[in-house]
Order: sequence, then structure tokens, then C-alpha cells
Amino acid sequence: MSDVPERTELVEPAEAATDLTAAPEAAAAELPPEVVAQSLGDYFRGSLTRIRAGESGVLPVIVGLLAIMIVFETVSPGHVFLSAGNLVNLFQQSAIFMVLAIAECFALVLGEIDLSIGYVGACGAAITVQLVQPVTTNWPWWAAIVAGLAFCLVFGAIQGTLITKLRLPSFIVTLAGLLIGNGLMLWILLLGPFSGYPNLTGFSDNQKILYQLMWGTIDPNVSWILMGVIVAGVGLFIWWGDSRRRRSGLVAPPASLTLIKVGLIALVGVVVVAICDQNRAALGTLQGVPWVMVIVLAVLAAWMVLFQRTRYGRYIYAIGGNPEAARRAGINLTLVRIIAFSLCSFTAGIGLLLFASYLGGMSNNVQGGQLVLYAVAAAVIGGTSLFGGRGKPLHGVLGGLVIGGIYNGMYLQGYDVEPQFIVTGLVLLAAATIDSLSRRGSASGSVTRV
Amino acid sequence: MAAAEASNSPAAEEPLLKVRGIDKHFGPVQALYHVDLDLPAGQVTALCGDNGAGKSVLTKCISGVISPDHGQVFFEGRPVHIRTTRDASRLGIETVYQDLALCDNLDIVQNMFLGRERTRSGLLDEDSMEREAAKTLATLRVTTVRSIRQPVASLSGGQRQSVAIAKAVLWNSKLVIMDEPTAALGVVQTKMVLDLIRRLRDRGLAVMVISHNLNDIFDVADRIVVLYLGRMVVHNRASSFDRQSVVEYMTTGDLGLSGVRRSRAN
Repeated sequence: MSDVPERTELVEPAEAATDLTAAPEAAAAELPPEVVAQSLGDYFRGSLTRIRAGESGVLPVIVGLLAIMIVFETVSPGHVFLSAGNLVNLFQQSAIFMVLAIAECFALVLGEIDLSIGYVGACGAAITVQLVQPVTTNWPWWAAIVAGLAFCLVFGAIQGTLITKLRLPSFIVTLAGLLIGNGLMLWILLLGPFSGYPNLTGFSDNQKILYQLMWGTIDPNVSWILMGVIVAGVGLFIWWGDSRRRRSGLVAPPASLTLIKVGLIALVGVVVVAICDQNRAALGTLQGVPWVMVIVLAVLAAWMVLFQRTRYGRYIYAIGGNPEAARRAGINLTLVRIIAFSLCSFTAGIGLLLFASYLGGMSNNVQGGQLVLYAVAAAVIGGTSLFGGRGKPLHGVLGGLVIGGIYNGMYLQGYDVEPQFIVTGLVLLAAATIDSLSRRGSASGSVTRV
Repeated sequence: MAAAEASNSPAAEEPLLKVRGIDKHFGPVQALYHVDLDLPAGQVTALCGDNGAGKSVLTKCISGVISPDHGQVFFEGRPVHIRTTRDASRLGIETVYQDLALCDNLDIVQNMFLGRERTRSGLLDEDSMEREAAKTLATLRVTTVRSIRQPVASLSGGQRQSVAIAKAVLWNSKLVIMDEPTAALGVVQTKMVLDLIRRLRDRGLAVMVISHNLNDIFDVADRIVVLYLGRMVVHNRASSFDRQSVVEYMTTGDLGLSGVRRSRAN
């Protein structure tokens, strides 16, 4: 055993030489490249092997986003697709898909599905919008938000309890939840003197703040400072963590790769703020990072930490991968599942609150059933598996951008909704095919799967 | 019969785990009749028996999955009640199931610590878990994996078995029970796992292996016990058996051959 602790110490030459059990070529395809890479070259070779084996991670969705950008920029009238105004608009349109897809992650990673989140979130948003109306209840904005999200949390917990305690399929329970949510939403909207359309465009401060969630912007200078602080914080955290792991001989990516990762995050931050800080208004000034970006980023960051860095997140993956193993490890499956369905609905509540802000109020035209299908599509397009055990909140954000990009680009072309539905459907099929193929690829090396 | 065997037992001192007079029935079916079993530390005990002999039931009684109707279990000389798998873990009894109970989508470290993750201020302490897992794998000389951060889905059958065993050892366990550890493995991988079992024994652990494979049993076992229709028909040093006698005990519960000590329950 060498006295310098390195992860290569795990392979003693004598043992490695006699080892006939490892099939290096077959196994290499399934290893995350950052796990085995000693250098940048290793990393890219590892990535290439994985892509060839169908285990491509977020690569297809990144390629898809680039393709959407190039195609629509080329064909859009006056090449407005990549203009600052349209890109910010695109993000605002995509926000609902992103947050709902992040919400759907909770169900999908468990190997379940939640069809109700569109209407359950819409109920929460309807409650919030109703409560801040100055002519009726006139609640403060924060109390109204708490009430709306609390409704979602409770609704999700009830669905989760039915699914786990009565062992009903999540498909059926949440389908019932979709119908019940639809009815409840219509019923809540009809309360008060608003003929079913309570709005956020009034003059009370509480209405204004909710309206600003989507349409408000941060001062350009503050945007730069905020971006700088976030990028520096995240960058230092990643750099510090990786270099500490390298020093103590744990599995860590090479320093150059960490630098590239941090550099990319900084680049994205600078580009986004630079785009947002251009004046986007046809008349007057409209510039700065919209609040909605910060809100989506905050939801993403919080749930990334929950999924990747907490016991609870680990248990979601374990149950999605092998429920029996999780049970034998002493994990409380019932509790983990109920909390997951609660958080799924809760996150959906945030998404529909942003949507209400986008619409400037709530209306009985909100299509919760269609939204949830887009949410599942966004998650799967982003790389979350429909078979459970695999997926990240980040996938939802990337997939949401793809769907928002298709929607926005088709709209610029003057197309109606028909081709947009068809194209989105085809993209979803492509994403599900990639998911299924990569699953087959990774299953070939395992003993227990057929 | 227990008294007769005690003097003949390979380990003169108190065994790590002592089972006395265990009965278990499921409805009208009597699965275990007054079973006695000794599992000494630092020895590999092979539990043999035909299908339906009660091997699994006996194992589950020890690992806390089911509780026996009657009988007593002594661990390190003290009487204990093992009601749940948590109770068993607390005593230092770990079971490696035939299906291994690993999550394919998690990596080796994550699987080894599943359900017992270490945290620091609420967040997972990955560094400390990875270090501990690497140390355990190194001491067991499980050296063929490329990285302990690779998902279990990418491991060979033998490597998976090794990870499952290392997971059991990680918790300072004193007794490791293995259900058919070599059933799904090829020749080389079987050798790898049998070597690993010997290393556990050399570290002073008590190991109980349930197996149908006589080659493996004679390769690795220090002691052999045979169940027949819920009764313990024989337990003795492995050297006092040959293949023929083990097969006869397993299939008939009795022995027609001479030269081997005979021992029958009840």
C-alpha cells in the first residue's frame, strides 16, 4: 500500500493482474467520466465512450437547445429570436414549465407519476390571488402565498398517503387529483365579485408585488452585483470542495475540469445578466434581471441541495432504484413517498403562482391538464428517467427551456398551436427514446436486470 | 444431542451465537423443530439442507426478520431477543441476501452507507463516508473495482457480491450471514468471493454461509450443519464429512455410511 493516499491504491498491481472479472471495455461505458478521469483528455475520452454507449446525460438536451436557437434565429422574421427582448420573454414563458418539471422530478425519481400538479398548483395560485384582492379579503401578499402553498402541501400529502397506505397506483390517485383540482380551482375562482377572473393588475401593494414576481426587474447594477456574489459563492464552493477531495485522495475531477466547470458557470452568469441588462423596451426603458429568474434559480438551488446533499434526497433515489433494498436498509418508504408527493405539489404551487403573475391574474382558462403533460415532457426531455431512480431538478430547467423555446419560436413564425403541439410531441418521443435506449445500454452490464 | 456435540465442537470456548431449542410454525406447517445451532467466532459455518429444510426460516430468526415461537438465542453468552433487523444490526449481525439488496443507480459508497448515512450539519458527509468505504474495501482486498464512485449497475456479479459483503462488514459486524453467495457467479468470481469469506474469518468474524454448492462448502467451511425437514440432523467439523455423507444427510436426514459421527435431533 503506497503511503501517499491516492485512489489508485485501490488497485494493487498483483491483484489487478489476476483479475479476470472486470471487463474494462464494457464497464468503462457506464462510468461517469469525472469518476475515472485523471486528466482533461481522460475526461473527454470517457465522455465519448459513454455517449457511444447511449449514456449521454444532459448532452442531448444541450444539443437540442443549440439546434432550437440556430433554427429559429435563422428562420425568425428579422432574426429576433436571439434578441435580448425575446430571450427574456422566452425565459418568462418557460418558467412555468421549468418549475413544474422540477416538481415532477419528485414523483419521477421515485418511479411514480403525478398528473395532478397542474390543477393543484392552480388551486394554490387561485387561493393566493383571491386572498390579496383589496375589495374582499385583502390579505398581505406573503400570507396569501403561504396559504396557497400550504393548500398544495396538504393536497399532495393526502395524495401521497392514499398512494402509500392504500397502495393505489399514483397514476390513478393523481388522475383523480387532477379532476378534483380542476373543480376546486373553478369553484375558488367563482368566489367574490370577479366573475371568475380575480386579477393582479390592481393598485394595491399586495397585488403589485405578486404581479412583479414575473414582470418586475432588478436594477441593472444590482443585477451585476447579485450575479457576481452568486457566481463567486458557487464557484468557490465547487473549487474548494473539489480541491479538498483531491488533496485527501478521494474521487475528484482533475483541477482543469473543475476550472472549466466554474468558468462555464461564470460565463452563463455574465451572458445572462448582459442580455437582461440591455434595454428591451420598444419605448422607454425596460432592463435588468427579472425577478422570476432569481425565483427559479432559488427553487432549483434548494431542490438540488435536497436531492444531492441530504439523506432525504438519497432515499428518494434509493427507492427509485430498488425499493426492496431501501426497505431492508431501514428506510421508511411510506414517509419518504408522502413527503415527496407533498413537495411535488408544493413546488407546483410556486410554478402556478409564477404563471398567475405571468397572466396578471387567475382565470378558468388555465389548462392544468396540459401544463402537467408539458411538465412531464420537460423533465424527460431534460434527461429524467420515466423508470425511476434517475433525474435531477436541473433536467427540468433544461427541458423547460426546450419546450419554451419551441413554443416561442413557433409563435414568432406566426404558427398557431397545432404545429407547436405536434413538434413538442415529437421532441418528447425523441427524449423518451433516448431514455429507453440508455437504460437498455446500462442494463446490459448488470446481473439482476433482464 | 447438544451435550454430545459440545465436547466435539471445534471451538472449545463459548460460541459467538448460540441458538437453543428454536421452534417455528406457520399455520399447520412446522418449519423448525427444537433447532440448536452454534456459530463460533473466527469460523465459517456452512448451513446445508434441501429445499424446504428450513434454512431460510432459521436464518430469518437469527437476522430478526421473523421471531421464533419458542427457544432462546444467546449472543456472546447473553440471552438476547432479536425482534427486528435493527436489533440484529445493533448486536453486530448482518445478512447478505441472495438478491444482494443493492441500488443499481447508486454508487458503491452510497450503497454501503444506505440507511446509515453520515451527515454534518444536516448535509451528507460524502468525504468521510468515501474514506471509510475505501478503507473497508482495501482491508477486504476488494481491489478490482475501478472507482468506488461508480454506480453498482456497472459492476460484475462478483464485484456486486463483494460490495454487499463489504457493506455488511462496514458496521463492525461480528456475525455475517450469507445466503447463496456464489449462486449466480462464474468460476473466477466464485473464487474471489470465497477468498473474501476466508478474509472475514481471518478477521475473527463468525460467518454463516447457506449454500447448495458442495464444492464451495468444502472449499471454505470449517464447520457444516445440516437441516432436514426442520430438524438439525448433524453439526460437526467440515473435515469429518465427505461429499457423499453431506448429500445423504441433506436428502434422507440419516447416514448409511460408517466412519462419520452420527447425530440426530430428537
